[in-house]
Amino acid sequence: MKQFLSIMLLAVVLLAVSCGQSKELILGGVGPVTGEAATFGDSTKKGFLLAVEEWNAKGGVLGKTIKTSFADDKGDPAEGATVYTKLIQQDKVVAIIGTVMSKVTLAGAPIAQAAKIPMISPTSTNEKVTLVGDYIFRACFIDPFQGTVGAKFAFEDLKAKKAAAIFDLGNDYTKGLSESFKKAFEALGGTVVAFEGHPSGATDFKAQLTKILEGKPEVLYISDYYNDVALIAKQARELGYKGPLLGGDGWDSPDLVKLGGEAVENGFFTNHYAPDATTPEVLTFVKNYKAKNNATPDALAALAYDATYLMLTAIKNAKSTDGAKIRDALAAIDLVCVSGRVKFDANRNPIKSAAIIEIKGGKQVYRTTVNP
Amino acid sequence: MRNLRFPRLLAYAVAFYAVLQLLAVTGVFNGYIMHIVNQSLIYVILVVSLNLINGISGQFSLGHMGFAAVGAYVSGTLTTIIWKLAPDNPAAIVLFIAAVIVGGAAAALVGVLIGFPSLRLKGDYLAIVTLGFGEIIRTMLNNIDYVGGPRGLLGIPKFSNFTVIFIAAFLTIVVVRNLVQSSHGRAMLSIRENELAAELVGVNSTKYKVLAFAIGAFFAGIAGALLAHLIQIAHPTQYGFMGSVLVLIMVYAGGVGSITGSVIAAFGLTFLSEGLRIVIDSLAAATGLPIGGEWRMVVYALLLIFIMLFRTEGLMGNKELKIMVIEERKA
Repeated sequence: MKQFLSIMLLAVVLLAVSCGQSKELILGGVGPVTGEAATFGDSTKKGFLLAVEEWNAKGGVLGKTIKTSFADDKGDPAEGATVYTKLIQQDKVVAIIGTVMSKVTLAGAPIAQAAKIPMISPTSTNEKVTLVGDYIFRACFIDPFQGTVGAKFAFEDLKAKKAAAIFDLGNDYTKGLSESFKKAFEALGGTVVAFEGHPSGATDFKAQLTKILEGKPEVLYISDYYNDVALIAKQARELGYKGPLLGGDGWDSPDLVKLGGEAVENGFFTNHYAPDATTPEVLTFVKNYKAKNNATPDALAALAYDATYLMLTAIKNAKSTDGAKIRDALAAIDLVCVSGRVKFDANRNPIKSAAIIEIKGGKQVYRTTVNP
Repeated sequence: MRNLRFPRLLAYAVAFYAVLQLLAVTGVFNGYIMHIVNQSLIYVILVVSLNLINGISGQFSLGHMGFAAVGAYVSGTLTTIIWKLAPDNPAAIVLFIAAVIVGGAAAALVGVLIGFPSLRLKGDYLAIVTLGFGEIIRTMLNNIDYVGGPRGLLGIPKFSNFTVIFIAAFLTIVVVRNLVQSSHGRAMLSIRENELAAELVGVNSTKYKVLAFAIGAFFAGIAGALLAHLIQIAHPTQYGFMGSVLVLIMVYAGGVGSITGSVIAAFGLTFLSEGLRIVIDSLAAATGLPIGGEWRMVVYALLLIFIMLFRTEGLMGNKELKIMVIEERKA
């Protein structure tokens, strides 16, 4: 027994030594590549892998090659907890990029925090995510911010004084967005004449819209995802509403125009980045992404790409793979990314600008950039 | 006194626990493997309790995760309140166990409330009612702001650990096993075999069906509570229809009516789902084929189809391993 134990101990020591001198480091990625949010997970994975490939082509980080371990979370919190444990305990990753949906990130974040593994969620917008602990960062702006920017744009650019909002009662994202829009719009001095929720999965919104239009709003805030937005827009136009429509990044899909057609014209939405912007970062990213995947990158791919760049830059600045040092480097970072220049605030949320995109002639056109 | 023996199941359970705990402490099993073990044990509770309803009493329920949701939310709400009032309370673990039991009791209460009207229905109709019940629970949780609504119940303290989950799973197995081998359990089996004949020999079928439902719901509630305190979040989407179907699949893969089969299926399918992750990753790395995590579920589903094709009665049929049978005492 004693002999067996000493052999085991020796093996563990050898393993530890060999790991310490290894010429590679492992970066973990998490995303829902199967399940209801599979397209989100797919984009996230592609953005993440592209960024790592670009870094490896430049010689890796700290003289080491970057290996990746990407795990599927199925969009399920329990599965999320499992894969975070796997990446940290089994694959021994130095940092994690992930994951997409807030409910899953919230199950994974406490595990990363307890293990002192820094992580950046590319797209989890729930405020509570980064409040889990000081190792948890995110690359996207949060829901209240999008609502605030939307309100600012409506009040200052569109010169609206009366607004109305419609949202999905069963979806935290759309509810949160509409709430923050209402708060910000009223703080600017406007009035919100109607604030109506509809049940999840509804296809007929006329009851809510009729009530909304009685108040004669000058702008209609629709915080739903693109498929519902198209239906709401059509029905609002049928009921005689002619004013502008406004929304959040849930609108970002090529299908919006296909489904909504004429009705979504004169529509605006806040987004993380505009693919037709002309900064050098966007140009390189879009070109490389197209070459590799034969598709225009969406915001999810851009944010995963940015998150990976932020993390690798932090590792480079920290000159170490130690979790605490990477965390400090991340907190102090100031990097120009695809989605704008990123710094982190005290709650590890990025301070950055939002792009406003207009639907014009059946196309998404970059309109302006709004700072909070 | 000579005949008083250490019960066989307890002996095996203690040995199993000791081996796993040893492997965990020495680091042979890392946190990841122990996490899968914990998840498997929670599934053991869910599958064994559903087997009591579906396999032993012969009532087709599709809303098992609804009961788990009640347990998760009730206990999760209680512990978060306690945690906020008195963090680092030395009695926290006692309060946690109390909260888990309250969660189970709440689920049992809901089980009785659902059971009385709906257990008059049979077969497909009961399946539809329980399916509807599960969806009602999910929709209600989505709309109650106090428990987070669609954001989910957050900030649940992490109290579940291997020991607590193991004891809960062991107690579930013992209770269900002893119940099945008691006169109450025989009554439930007789309802499964032929309800009319059971009524004719004087079995109060409604009473026993509701009893099975309540006990099954109680343990489902316990499992939900333990899961919530393991992953520190409870979210309505976790407790939807697909979750219930996964538990149901485990019941059928293990063998309807076999507790041993339920335990094996809960461990087997949970480890299979995670093992495929590693198999597919290393296969992709070795061959360079562009296969990723998304193929895991395809292989998993295929394996399930093969189990059902070649062992229609499930892995264990309705047989039990010898350790599950209560030994006869010699006079």
